[in-house]
Amino acid sequence: MHAMSQSTLDVTDLDLVYTTSSGSVQALQNIQLSVADGEFVSIVGPSGCGKSSLLKLVLGLEKATRGDIRVSGAKIDGPTKNVGCVFQSPVLLPWRRIRENVLLPADVMKIDRKVVSQRADALLRLVGLGGFEERYPFELSGGMQQRASIVRALVHDPRILMMDEPFAALDAMTREQMTLELQRIWMESGKTLIFVTHSISEAVLLSDRIVVMSARPGRIVEVFENKAARPRRFDSLASPELSELAAKIRNCLDQACVS
Amino acid sequence: MALANEKSLAFPSPRRGAGAMSGMKRPLAKSTRVLEALGYFVGLIALWEAVIRVFAVPPYLFPAPTDVFVALWRGVASGVYLTNLAITMTEVLAGFALGALAGLLLGIGIVTIPVLERVLYPYVVALQTVPKVAIAPLMIVWFGFGLQSKIFIVAMACMFPVLINTIAGMRATDSDRISLVRAMCGSEFQVLRYIRLPSALPYIFAGLNTAIVLAVISAIVGEFVGARAGIGVLILQANFALDLASVFALLVLLSSTGVALNLAFRYLERKVCFWSGKSTK
Repeated sequence: MHAMSQSTLDVTDLDLVYTTSSGSVQALQNIQLSVADGEFVSIVGPSGCGKSSLLKLVLGLEKATRGDIRVSGAKIDGPTKNVGCVFQSPVLLPWRRIRENVLLPADVMKIDRKVVSQRADALLRLVGLGGFEERYPFELSGGMQQRASIVRALVHDPRILMMDEPFAALDAMTREQMTLELQRIWMESGKTLIFVTHSISEAVLLSDRIVVMSARPGRIVEVFENKAARPRRFDSLASPELSELAAKIRNCLDQACVS
Repeated sequence: MALANEKSLAFPSPRRGAGAMSGMKRPLAKSTRVLEALGYFVGLIALWEAVIRVFAVPPYLFPAPTDVFVALWRGVASGVYLTNLAITMTEVLAGFALGALAGLLLGIGIVTIPVLERVLYPYVVALQTVPKVAIAPLMIVWFGFGLQSKIFIVAMACMFPVLINTIAGMRATDSDRISLVRAMCGSEFQVLRYIRLPSALPYIFAGLNTAIVLAVISAIVGEFVGARAGIGVLILQANFALDLASVFALLVLLSSTGVALNLAFRYLERKVCFWSGKSTK
């Protein structure tokens, strides 16, 4: 499938079992996933399908019960600098100005600020935050805050960008705008992107591949390819190709919810 | 948590009184409100003076405002009040600094090192219920009648609110912020430095505000228990001589210093925690 390009993320035989006071819960079961360099992959599924757990495992914030995760061939055994991440909420630090927030990875990873500050400024301009560098987060709208958090995730130039329902907290209009903007950012940056979402239209518009998961235990039910030309727009969703794909995904999700 | 809320109790807005008296009228300009409060104050003093004169209350029972003012003037002009105030303030500020630092470090330790929590936290909870004033005589025995004993008494009193609020603030840190730094390969020290401590600052300031009030109280109590100099000693001496005008004058001096300290802290808090209460999610 992606034999031409080298894979950046490899997930093999992955199981995750949580032990709680009321017994053990299988959050993820036998996950197999390979993501090629520069690919955009969305993960959709009902709530509780373990999407966020999968994300935490790739970020190295949790340990798998079985199986392994490799980023560029290196086994994930804890957090790595090769993965950047955007949460549901922007999680900006209110006491830091936007530029300072975006440079937080440089501080934590002890990268010389001079090395990344030019890149940070370029990224801020790319997401339309040029001129807002000296503002505090609470002076910005929710959408602008989320853009800043995308810049923060990219500033140290990771191979993979993980996004956990990044637009869930935004209003519908901003959400569509941000979706298109994310496509542009992805196309310009050439990053590998793993995008967790509840929205089928977002997944279809953005992704090269869409992974559908089922709940309890979280398993991969099916993987859909999307080879439609880019850049895509929201009216592209009405095309026979994409609307058929969306219908297939919806169908698959409905079955995943029932079973 | 409880102490974090005490902030509003310890420092009721001075405007609230004046506002209640004027009823629910349109909001007044700040200068008008200050003038209004000043007017009430002058009225109150005049009423006090009138009552003392009309009923010929003897000064050893209740002094007239004019007597208090004269006593204050004499005390300040002779330099006695200010040298003693300097001593009391040294105790207050040194004790506060020591206690706040100890509370902060202990709080950080208890939150970040699990062993410390198991070993120390029960004692912290137990000691917290002991009135620190009751320990004052012990301190005099151990550290004598000089500055040192008062500094320790003040430090003891200041440590707890800061300690409890540091713990509460650091525990209340948004877990996403912590995950954020951990996912960047951040160490526990970096989580503390970049996330936990700044997140806890509004709580810590609430603790400091409580502590500075307790610091003044404990310094005076310490001086009552045993000291050679300080405002507390002057109050005891004046009280002994039934010189109530001087007692009142010293109380005025003490409360104005307290208000000044409180204002300075609130200013500092606004500067440091300017982001507090602003929503960023």
